[in-house]
Amino acid sequence: MHHPLAFVIFGAQIAAAIALLNGFLVTLGQGKVAAAAVEGVARQPEARGAITTTMFIGCGLAETTAVYGLVIAFILLFANPLINNNIDNLMRFVGY
Amino acid sequence: MVDFSIEVYSYIRVTDNVVFLITSTTIATWIIMGVLIAFGIVVRIQSRQWDPVKKPTRLQNIMEMCVETFEKFFRSSASEKLDYLAPWFFTLFAFLLFSNISGVFGIRNPTADWGVTFPLAVTSFILIQFVGFRYHPKSHLKGFIEPNFLFLPLNIMGELAKPISLSFRLFGNILGGFILMSLLYGLAPFVVRLIFPVALHLYFDIAAGALQAFIFTVLSLTFVGLAAGD
Repeated sequence: MHHPLAFVIFGAQIAAAIALLNGFLVTLGQGKVAAAAVEGVARQPEARGAITTTMFIGCGLAETTAVYGLVIAFILLFANPLINNNIDNLMRFVGY
Repeated sequence: MVDFSIEVYSYIRVTDNVVFLITSTTIATWIIMGVLIAFGIVVRIQSRQWDPVKKPTRLQNIMEMCVETFEKFFRSSASEKLDYLAPWFFTLFAFLLFSNISGVFGIRNPTADWGVTFPLAVTSFILIQFVGFRYHPKSHLKGFIEPNFLFLPLNIMGELAKPISLSFRLFGNILGGFILMSLLYGLAPFVVRLIFPVALHLYFDIAAGALQAFIFTVLSLTFVGLAAGD
């Protein structure tokens, strides 16, 4: 018989992997931002500075969703509210 | 074993329920505060000898360049009536920049702690509301019931989401970089640890750190500038 928390940890690890999957779409979105910025610079090379600043802000905004996924994955792995909120306990159950 | 959690070194017990923890974040914040304050005092003492007529010294050149760049940049997203907020945003940027870069020196970044980024984002939120109510009290209040009063809860949620998204963006980025770096230092074989981390430090601490500090400052500034209107 396995420890009852084993299933919780199993689910948490899979959920963390799924939470990171939104990186696909976020990368696509950031690629679009960069492509549009490159087009803008090619059309108007003198506006390079303003376009670069705006592109970084746009990338930062587009990144937000990926970072949410990352934070959720970290919470599931290292601060899971279902597991006694302690990394030492978690590592002990995992077998360290 | 690799440990990512915040270390608690000591604590100050005020009452039974109120306990101030002295963690690695606190120590790192104190170090960064000390560095910034010492630098400020040095510049202030040096600036007494600066003469606008004579040839500028090296430090004077650097400081003038920083302040001028920031002022130009501040003007691009906020109007002149907000000039009294410029020192706050410059300080915010300097603090975030130093705390994001501090990972290079082997410190656990203070910004990899939600207890640092969330209060900073809450100050931005308070500034947005303060500026909105100060300059356009009527239209700021009316903005909450646009396009009609049914949207009131949605607009309030939208306002409350700003500090949360600001703080999580910074926190998640820096924590991700920190965890990757400590995994590398904790698990990689010794040969890999010799040269390879330099490139990762360059990206995660310097490039991404400076970018995230910039984005945090710019977004707060943009929100405040929008709330103040023209």
